[in-house]
Amino acid sequence: MNLRQVVALLNADVLTGKDFLDREVHTAFACDLMSDVLTFSENSTILLTGLVNTHTVRTAEMMDIGAIVFVRNKKPDKETLKLAEEIGIVTMTTEKILYTSCGILFNQGLKGAYIHR
Amino acid sequence: MRIIKLLYEIEKEDFVKAGQASSEVKKVLKQLGVSSEITRRVSIATYEAEMNIVIHSFGGKIEVEIDINKIIITARDRGPGIENIDLAMQEGYTTASEKVRELGFGAGMGLPNIKRCADEFYINSIIDEYTELKITTYL
Repeated sequence: MNLRQVVALLNADVLTGKDFLDREVHTAFACDLMSDVLTFSENSTILLTGLVNTHTVRTAEMMDIGAIVFVRNKKPDKETLKLAEEIGIVTMTTEKILYTSCGILFNQGLKGAYIHR
Repeated sequence: MRIIKLLYEIEKEDFVKAGQASSEVKKVLKQLGVSSEITRRVSIATYEAEMNIVIHSFGGKIEVEIDINKIIITARDRGPGIENIDLAMQEGYTTASEKVRELGFGAGMGLPNIKRCADEFYINSIIDEYTELKITTYL
């Protein structure tokens, strides 16, 4: 699935990285706890979260996560968006809640990220 | 390749700057052509160590040494030290504040995750003096 499809499915507004919407995502991870996000390791994952501080973007940067969906219509501040733009991370916001967003993407074949143990 | 050394001062409770050192380390590794898998592992470990210094310590520093066959990250703070290292290494054990949890951290996963990302992991701590982590990754 590419990010353009994610945007359409979630009726999302793209906040940063408009040039990278052809980027493919193969799995998803949904969490407000960045400590947990940092424990899984996989390429081409999209992060869905309600957490909108700079550490969401920093965590994505470290994990090579190329896209973040902010749910419940949450939007990060300007500094956080600037950071995401600089790093080249696609961010978007959707009015849908986390559960619904995950359900829509899962129904379309996007599976959960594998957790390394 | 010559040994490259990088040094970063990390301030306590500076949540705005937190992550910048790890971000710079990641950029350097990318520029050196280190594989994306190793770059990711080292970046995660460095970020966890950096957040630990910001969250739990009186401040400290992160030193990065890169040579032909390995990367060594040394994170050393100025205390207060860890009372029970075995407990701190357990997944889920945390002493983090509510404020830190609101930022998405403090789940008690940091040290175990650093160990998981490292090829070799060393931790030592003396109460009222320091905590030191040495994270070695082979190239």
